[in-house]
Amino acid sequence: MAKPLIATQHLTSCFGCHMSILDIDDRILKLAKMVDFDRSPINDIKEFTWPVDIGIIEGGVSNDEHVEILKDFRKNCKVLIGIGSCAVANSVPSMRNTVPLKECLEEAYLNGPTIVDGGIIPNDEDIPILLDKVYPLHEVVKIDYFLPGCPPSADTIWNALVALLTGKELEFPYELIKYD
Amino acid sequence: MSEDHALFIKKVAEKYGRDPTRLMDILLEVNARYGWFSEETIGHIGEAMDIPRVKIRDKISFYTFFSQKPVGKTVIRLSNSVVEKMKGAAEVARAFEDAVGVKFGETTPDGAITLTYAQCIGMSDQAPSALINHTPVGNLLPEDVGDIVEAIKNEEDISQLPQALIDVNLRRSGPVVFAPMDAGTAVRAALKMTPEQVIDEIKKSNLRGRGGAGFPTGKKWEACRNVKSDFRYIVCNADEGEPGTFKDRVIMSERANLVFEGMTIAGYAVGAEYGIVYLRGEYEYMLEDLKRILEERRKKGLLGKNILDKKDFNFAIRIQIGAGAYICGEESALIESLEGKRGAPRERPPFPVEKGYMNRPTAVNNVETLCAAARIMEQGADWFSTIGTEASAGTKLLSVSGDCSRPGVYEIEYGITVARFLKMVGAEHAIAAKIGGPSGRLVAPNDFDRTISFEDFSTGGSVIFFGPGRDLLTHMKQFTEFFVEESCGWCTPCRVGTTLMLKEFDKIIEGRATRTEIENIKKLGQTIKTMSRCGLGQTAPNPILTSMQNFPELYEAVIKPVDYIGTFDFAKAVSAGAEITGRKPHSDEEANL
Repeated sequence: MAKPLIATQHLTSCFGCHMSILDIDDRILKLAKMVDFDRSPINDIKEFTWPVDIGIIEGGVSNDEHVEILKDFRKNCKVLIGIGSCAVANSVPSMRNTVPLKECLEEAYLNGPTIVDGGIIPNDEDIPILLDKVYPLHEVVKIDYFLPGCPPSADTIWNALVALLTGKELEFPYELIKYD
Repeated sequence: MSEDHALFIKKVAEKYGRDPTRLMDILLEVNARYGWFSEETIGHIGEAMDIPRVKIRDKISFYTFFSQKPVGKTVIRLSNSVVEKMKGAAEVARAFEDAVGVKFGETTPDGAITLTYAQCIGMSDQAPSALINHTPVGNLLPEDVGDIVEAIKNEEDISQLPQALIDVNLRRSGPVVFAPMDAGTAVRAALKMTPEQVIDEIKKSNLRGRGGAGFPTGKKWEACRNVKSDFRYIVCNADEGEPGTFKDRVIMSERANLVFEGMTIAGYAVGAEYGIVYLRGEYEYMLEDLKRILEERRKKGLLGKNILDKKDFNFAIRIQIGAGAYICGEESALIESLEGKRGAPRERPPFPVEKGYMNRPTAVNNVETLCAAARIMEQGADWFSTIGTEASAGTKLLSVSGDCSRPGVYEIEYGITVARFLKMVGAEHAIAAKIGGPSGRLVAPNDFDRTISFEDFSTGGSVIFFGPGRDLLTHMKQFTEFFVEESCGWCTPCRVGTTLMLKEFDKIIEGRATRTEIENIKKLGQTIKTMSRCGLGQTAPNPILTSMQNFPELYEAVIKPVDYIGTFDFAKAVSAGAEITGRKPHSDEEANL
């Protein structure tokens, strides 16, 4: 039987959750025995080769391209997991949610204290169009599981993946899900 | 002006001995004069009291009767609780806006009138109702509003308006609270016993607290008595804020003497010399009458030193007025408020019987409980325990409102079935009853054969009936909005949880929900119930949870049989960005599932 396939993606975030995935250290060898990786920034595969079993998304949704990527993931993943505070509840990126987008951009690119000679709001067809706010994943597509944490620790990610892959009951020691 | 201002505030502060625990009274007096708190006023109070401004702001911002913005000379607070809405508060609101010329939340340019909404003001039996400054007006009709506003503009005495004649609405008297009484009889009977015997008698009677929680009163008094301390206090909780309840209004207007009698007996039993009635701000119009009754009792030797010539039994009562906060009905929040702070509940234990008011042992009892205790002294525990059921001795006052032909206060024996009660109040056609107000449960007709008692449907006294055609889900949403508004904000499960719950519930009402939202709400509700610090959070999910339990068909009818419905609106979300860049976004269509 073919090994299950995993795909990962980061949206608006710091890439810390992906670092935390890598932080499982030598267990990555075990993981490699259990699964194959498809689309992921880690192997730099940019499109789905074929539909996968598990999709992991880090970060919130803040531009039109993110919406497309997320919907593509939902279409191609049997199980979709949101990991990290940004994916679950937007966290730091959502600090801009209280300020209208136009004001945000004007403050950053036109009126900010470091702007010299007017400035310009970046606008190129290769730059995705920002949304009015940053949105958590589950408002855009159905998310099957959430792994909160900033970032969720390597052990949290490892325990969750192993449980999902082996069908064993998921167990989190208290330290892994205690956030204060 | 400014000097007068400072001088006035200084005088008020001195009147209360610059005692920070009397800050509520000081703020109430300053508020009565100026109507609101400017930064200058706050500064003067801070100086006069020698406390930081932030503490005063902290207190002012907590209570709805205090404002940090200028308000009109006359403030009209129209109650918009659920029952008031059912009875046409919205139409009355429109009539007020037309007559006054400003919207709710605004003040007329000449500073004469402010329109604002209030939660339940204890007038659900004569809804729609409003407070005009401190004067309640009830049974409002849109066509009356013009005359009322005219009277305000002409500076007439509002209390002379026909709408200001408050109906007592006592529909049924029982043997305990509303039986005839003579001032002093109960105290005299108690003083024939030792304090320990009084407690034993109360324990024997099986009297349990009437505020909702049902803690045995005798046990509470005994615990309070047994804690070693130099002082003890009796507090009478007359801060009924549960929407749809107004029984304390009727008790305080018809049986205040029995309440004071009960407090005096409690003082004797636990060894307290000082009692405080915490009267909700909405009932301030009763204050003068209550003070007069206290004075009469003093003259008769029923209060003061060596009461009824009992050597060394001294007891005094003062009345503390609140300033509009539902949470202050919770005993530890009430004590905080009494000590001059914002009314945030305390961590428990220690319970008030160990460390209550001023960190001294304090017995906090409901108005109705104190009446029952007094009557037990008069008639005996044996008599009392023959009334009601075995586990629920005595009678219960129910405040009845909503869709019924005879709203008002009923003193019923515990153990009455809901069905029998429906007939009594003229609500035979009810499709649902909210027993216990917003924090209680929504009961369906198939449970109408069950009883009102501690062992079955336990209630603090608010019973709201819904007749045919009422949209129950919308009313559950309104109840939940009430909790969102009244959460004191101290603990996260309550502050954040109630808002999250409301958001999920909106999806249900708007037909954008799947089974997932139902499950989410159940889980969230459980978290709020178990993790909240006080009774407010612990009961806040009840409207939604109990309606899910008892009216599943309402939910089945509106949830969609699909896997997922997103709330995300791509076109709306991307429009600002598209406008700024002048570009066309990646089409959402092709990616759509």
